[in-house]
Amino acid sequence: MMWRNTRTAYGLVSRLLHWTVALLFIAQIPLGFLTQATAQNPALQFDLYQWHKSTGFLILALAILRILWSLTSRKPKEPSGTKPTMQCAAHMAHAALLTMTLAIPLTGWAIASTSPLQIPSFFFDLVVIPNLPMAVSDSAEAIWSQLHAWLAYGAAALIVMHAGAAVFHAIRPEAGSLHGMLPQRSRR
Amino acid sequence: MTEQIKPFPLMDDAMINSLSRLTATLVLAAAPAVLALQPSYAANHYRIDPASHIGFHVGQAGDGAGISGTFPEVSGSFDIDRNDLAHSSVAVTLRAGSITTGQGRIDTFLRSNAVFDATNHPEITFRSTRVVPTGPKSATIEGILTARGQSRKEAFQATLVDEGGARMAFHVTGDIFRMPYGMGIGVPIYSNVVTFDMQLQGRR
Repeated sequence: MMWRNTRTAYGLVSRLLHWTVALLFIAQIPLGFLTQATAQNPALQFDLYQWHKSTGFLILALAILRILWSLTSRKPKEPSGTKPTMQCAAHMAHAALLTMTLAIPLTGWAIASTSPLQIPSFFFDLVVIPNLPMAVSDSAEAIWSQLHAWLAYGAAALIVMHAGAAVFHAIRPEAGSLHGMLPQRSRR
Repeated sequence: MTEQIKPFPLMDDAMINSLSRLTATLVLAAAPAVLALQPSYAANHYRIDPASHIGFHVGQAGDGAGISGTFPEVSGSFDIDRNDLAHSSVAVTLRAGSITTGQGRIDTFLRSNAVFDATNHPEITFRSTRVVPTGPKSATIEGILTARGQSRKEAFQATLVDEGGARMAFHVTGDIFRMPYGMGIGVPIYSNVVTFDMQLQGRR
């Protein structure tokens, strides 16, 4: 497999970035939910929050890298036979998912920055990531938390659609093949 | 027959008796002088005033302010020997549930079982075991600190800052590692070291 994308297939870097972000992003959803469900065990809750924050910053960094890689790489040619409406829907879903991998970590960063608790974001206990220059208040924290949660639920729905589409194309190739991210789907 | 061992084999009983009387007389005569030199054996008892200030600080990673707070509910007593600090002692009790930082959610967290577990361990106590003078008005106080059910030997530095009439005030500082007390949550985001800065006021 090539490092870079080819005319017909995604390269290794694109695939690795896709799956790293995907797995971290999917793991963050139940982890984020658990931070809200463990109020009865504040020590566990604290630790889960720190893992959730560190992972979120990692996703943000990888998502930026991924978008930069995508912008500077050729896109595999659209397979012939894909309906324009399906193509359009796929492009919108992909753009939305990419946006989510930036927007959700950013809203998380906003929560940490506006929270009156002012708990440092100590990225995997390695380096302190400064807060965004935002006004600290309980209300700002609450608003960003709401937005963060709703975007996460929205992203969960998009992921289900995206994975459903991938499965659909895998079992019904006549509906239009796709440039799969799995190794066995790599074609030259 | 067992021979009695004499303390002074060259003296007869009469000589020993008179020597003993002389010694006793000398000791009795000297006693008031000795007592005058060391009136300190009668230490004064002070009750710790609730107005005492028990401040603490925990640093944090990065350049943030960390967490500062107080234990407003403090009680206990100290026995001070003004002329011989080494014969002094102190016992302090803090109500864990009284911990206050000015941020209610942090207070709730500190009182919870994540940190002090104030429900099951309502008191933090310190009992001095040794007072080592370090200057005319200062001393290192060693003792046993008990928090969250764990007891460990710790030391604080105390300086007499005010005394007059029936009251005495000390500035007491000390650094305590929190992990050995089962309170390591948040390390290293928040420092393992808790820096105490206290004004202990006593009333006789």
